[in-house]
Amino acid sequence: MTALGSLFLQAAFVENMPLTFFLGLCTFIALSRKTGPALGLGIAMIAVMGVTVPLNHLIYNALLAPGAWRWAGLPEIDLSYLKLIAFIGVIAATVQLLEMVLDRFFPAIYASFGVFLPLLTVQCAILGGSLFMVDRNYDLAESAVFGLGAGFGFAVAVVMLGAIRARLAYADLPNGLRGLGITFILAGMMSLGFSSFAQMVTS
Amino acid sequence: MAPRAGLLSILTEPLIRQNPVTLQILGICSALAVTTSVATALTMSAALTAVLVMSAALISLIRRHIPDSIRLIVQIVIVASLVIVIDQLLQAYLFEISQRLSVFVSLITTNCLVLGRTESFSRHNPPLRSMVDALGSGIGYSLVLTVIGSIRELFGAGSLLGWQVLPTVDQGGWYTPLNLMLLAPSAFFLLGGLVWAIRTVLPEQSEASEFLSPDEPEDRA
Repeated sequence: MTALGSLFLQAAFVENMPLTFFLGLCTFIALSRKTGPALGLGIAMIAVMGVTVPLNHLIYNALLAPGAWRWAGLPEIDLSYLKLIAFIGVIAATVQLLEMVLDRFFPAIYASFGVFLPLLTVQCAILGGSLFMVDRNYDLAESAVFGLGAGFGFAVAVVMLGAIRARLAYADLPNGLRGLGITFILAGMMSLGFSSFAQMVTS
Repeated sequence: MAPRAGLLSILTEPLIRQNPVTLQILGICSALAVTTSVATALTMSAALTAVLVMSAALISLIRRHIPDSIRLIVQIVIVASLVIVIDQLLQAYLFEISQRLSVFVSLITTNCLVLGRTESFSRHNPPLRSMVDALGSGIGYSLVLTVIGSIRELFGAGSLLGWQVLPTVDQGGWYTPLNLMLLAPSAFFLLGGLVWAIRTVLPEQSEASEFLSPDEPEDRA
């Protein structure tokens, strides 16, 4: 249990997707103008990552990993190079399913972050989470915790950045720095702050 | 961009004026992660440009046959297949660098730049124009990566492409490496500074004030 707990903290803070691995920056920057959309994006990220990482883990180990076809008498088959296409397919399908379920049963939630869901298909952080899971040989429980943790870390970071950017309404910035420039510099400062979490988990 | 712009302007437009990274916020996901040294930045740029040009050509060739409703899936599958080919090539011939790039080569699949160009340009234009456009965007991306990669490697390790330019203290020289340059935050700072510099030279790129205080009328911006 403590191992899983520290994995969660590690995925959320020490290895924060946007701030230390630069994953998912496109949506991270584009949707962090205000806290409202940022919160919607964060919740959608937690949901999608929490589902896709363990699902991809099952698919990878049952069908794609080297030796996965041993039960069929084909131990030499190694389909791991197909993982990209498989993962993308799973992510696209999950996002679509989530969208349909929300639309049918929770229309209020769907209305609040419906626009962000389709965007998540091409989110580097989500695909990155699945690829890291393969790289680091997580088991099923670990990959579920890792997915949730990474999604949570993304949500925290994007809401914080949204809150800071909303405050910039009262700042008088040089023309060239306004918008994108200052956002990068803010993200850099947040990244500096998050790097102090590095000592939090000893693995 | 004018609908019938010449090939040359399609090629040169994205280099600085319409740079995909600094103006359109496309493809920064991977741009920052691989810039700790010039070698990885160059490899990544070459890989991305190759994928971009080939996917533009393929998608543009079959653009009339893709049903609109499933075009995203079709595009992603084409891009993913190309990325797998590039990834296998890198592992075969440049194993050491491909280890350092780790998952970021695979992540070209979800690079917003690739899908952005196929979605907004290749879908409506013949193959040659699409390829030229893709090449321009690829070079624009490479420029940004190379600039940031050079600065980070020069000040973080005192070298360029592995050659020691500034002799570091460990090797008996005078230069104390700035370790911050090799960490994540410096990439954000450098890109922010680069955007600032470009927008100072080209003021038409700077954004209008995004935020209005609640008690001022909306049309003030």
